[in-house]
Amino acid sequence: MSDNHTKETFFTKYIWSIDHKVIGIQYGITALLWLLVGFGLMMVMRYQLAYPDTQIPFIGWIFGEDKLLLPEKYNSLGAMHGTIMIFLGVVPLAFGAFGNYLVPLQIGAIDMAFPRLNAASYWTYFLGSIIMVVGFFVPGGAANSGWTSYPPLADVATAGQTVWLLGMVMLITSSLLGSVNIMVTVIQLRAEGMTWFRLPIFVWTQFITAFLLLLAFPPLEAAGILQLMDRLAGTSFFLPTGLVVSGEVLTNAGGGSPLLWQHLFWFLAHPEVYVLILPAFGIISEIIANNTRKPLSGYKSLVYAMTFLGFMSFVVWAHHMYLTGMGTTMGAFFQTTTMIISIPSVVILTALLLSLWGGSIRFNTPMLFALAFLPMFGIGGLTGLPLGLAAADIHLHDTYYVIGHFHYVVAPGTLFALFAGVYFWFPKVTGKSLNESLGKLHFYFSFIFMNGVFMPMFIQGLAGVSRRLADGGQAYAHAADVIYLNEIMSWSAWLLGMAQLFFIANVVLTLFKARTGEINPWNATTIDWTETSSPPLGHGNFEKIPVVYRGPYEYSVPGSKIDFTPQTEKG
Amino acid sequence: MEIPYGVKERPDTGLNNAKLGIWLFLASEVMLFGGLFSAYIFLRTGVDDWPMGSKYLDVKMATLNTLFLITSSVTMVMSWASLKLNDFKKFKLYAGSTLLLACGFLVIKYFEYSSKFSYSYYPSTDNFLGIYFTMTGLHVIHVIGGIAVIAFLLFPGAKMWETDPERFTSRIEVTGLYWHFVDLVWIFLFPVLYLL
Repeated sequence: MSDNHTKETFFTKYIWSIDHKVIGIQYGITALLWLLVGFGLMMVMRYQLAYPDTQIPFIGWIFGEDKLLLPEKYNSLGAMHGTIMIFLGVVPLAFGAFGNYLVPLQIGAIDMAFPRLNAASYWTYFLGSIIMVVGFFVPGGAANSGWTSYPPLADVATAGQTVWLLGMVMLITSSLLGSVNIMVTVIQLRAEGMTWFRLPIFVWTQFITAFLLLLAFPPLEAAGILQLMDRLAGTSFFLPTGLVVSGEVLTNAGGGSPLLWQHLFWFLAHPEVYVLILPAFGIISEIIANNTRKPLSGYKSLVYAMTFLGFMSFVVWAHHMYLTGMGTTMGAFFQTTTMIISIPSVVILTALLLSLWGGSIRFNTPMLFALAFLPMFGIGGLTGLPLGLAAADIHLHDTYYVIGHFHYVVAPGTLFALFAGVYFWFPKVTGKSLNESLGKLHFYFSFIFMNGVFMPMFIQGLAGVSRRLADGGQAYAHAADVIYLNEIMSWSAWLLGMAQLFFIANVVLTLFKARTGEINPWNATTIDWTETSSPPLGHGNFEKIPVVYRGPYEYSVPGSKIDFTPQTEKG
Repeated sequence: MEIPYGVKERPDTGLNNAKLGIWLFLASEVMLFGGLFSAYIFLRTGVDDWPMGSKYLDVKMATLNTLFLITSSVTMVMSWASLKLNDFKKFKLYAGSTLLLACGFLVIKYFEYSSKFSYSYYPSTDNFLGIYFTMTGLHVIHVIGGIAVIAFLLFPGAKMWETDPERFTSRIEVTGLYWHFVDLVWIFLFPVLYLL
């Protein structure tokens, strides 16, 4: 394909590019900006939670003359925070950016299997993300029925919900194109000698993630279409007969069920959790193997555990629905599968932990983030067990405990892994290494304040404080003892925001520096580091297509002169 | 450098990229329509009085449409086989027939829809009609997509037969796989909505 290029203009090279590396960077920049926006929404919400019904400082004018964050606007920000963080931030960063950039390089392919579809995937995502925020400007504001969009509320909500659904359809289309592309690339374009069990764990995680996206997203698309029909064509798929809204009986035909939405939604959204965490496992595996200078413990166990995790993630969805009145038989089934799915997660975490054993660990910034990931994800995972059991879930359901639980998985979990990945592969992408001191400041402050935000949530949740309360629980007597934590969490959140300035400054300052010319600064073994320059060549990636002779983690091979043996070294 | 296995098959998978890609895409389509069929079952079992399809729908027209689509699948295979036999004229004939049958399907569907509307049967009337319009509507969108691709390959895209016949044949094969899937969805929709 690259031979046909006669002239490369700025537009064909950087905007309408079909090179997987450029598309990966486009995904990365867009997703990082969305993460900042999503976090910004939360920082505003945290002000309302810490100091309910007081004027929002600095940016209060956005919310009208009274400068107050009214409950309906709070709901809007909450729904959009979740949507933006997951669908516009973390998944595009983990799968779109890292997957696009690294998978072809790590398997020795010159590009993705379908470069044009790849560009289409990015632009559909971009368009979908724009549609999502257009919601803020329609009457009634953006979607305000939570990121889960439960009907009947979402069926009768303001116009923002329709915009949300349209944006969602675009994002689903984008992820469909991306996942087909990654899967075909991994199956078809592996270089000679790159057998399945010589794939870096990162490639495995992207492959399984693609599977989940491919098969789990369409049911949400089906649900989205049904909800669009409910909202636009007046059907009653999710509206039961005789529903009363604002004191009036709805005139709809009725006969539908809000539960139908929950089933279809969670059929996506539980695999989605593993879409969020699997790429993180992949990044962490690469960084731990590299910085302990020894092979990963249990490569095959990791692969089997991740594959099993992927399959199991399709049969646990109703553990989000214990309180919907489903029968005990169903409850028993989903409790069992939920307990079973925790086993592969433990296998993965144990394998990564054991990999540290006896290594000569280099404590650089990516490794610090990777090391912090292990206990943080551990907390996130273990606090999930009580939620997976119906008896405990009755007490904890829809409280701040749940919020704490999944944020530990996604924020100090996945986000730390993604930061680790950015620090680790920044030299690959730009040819310049990020500053270690700024990186460490970024890490330590982020680590402290992340826990400052999310740890108190467990305490509040156990006391019974519900999520999605615009006053942070002020109106409830049972919250009185734990309400002081709101202020601590809010200050932690704002300081966490400040800590990200180290990261932003680091990136900006580094981009102005000259290239080091170092190809393999971490002394890594995988093809992406050993066979291409940093930054890699333009279209085509390799001067000569590499041939692979060994597994991905041959560090400190006995008898070898250097402590890493590239995958492409004969022998 | 060209991306490998665009036309030729990779020895260990026996597939080229496009064919693997379309199969994966169809897997996702199965989940999409699977989700809607599950919704249908969920809605139907949730109420006491679910109407028989024949109360609203015209079984004769749908039978004719079923015949149209099945025949169009056959002609789709024949058009691919003609290319394999190097007979471009026959390919035009068969692909053209597929296109006509697909358009015939849409015409009949148009008459079906407008007769429903003339009786004031709308998606909002009840959940049977709601799911009927949603599922057949989504299927119609898939038919239109198929028509667009086949028409492209039959007219402007057919030039590729002169320059790169193998790739062109592969394109027809992949389009055929998609078309059989669209046909198959209808084979499920017909009994579920019209007969049960």
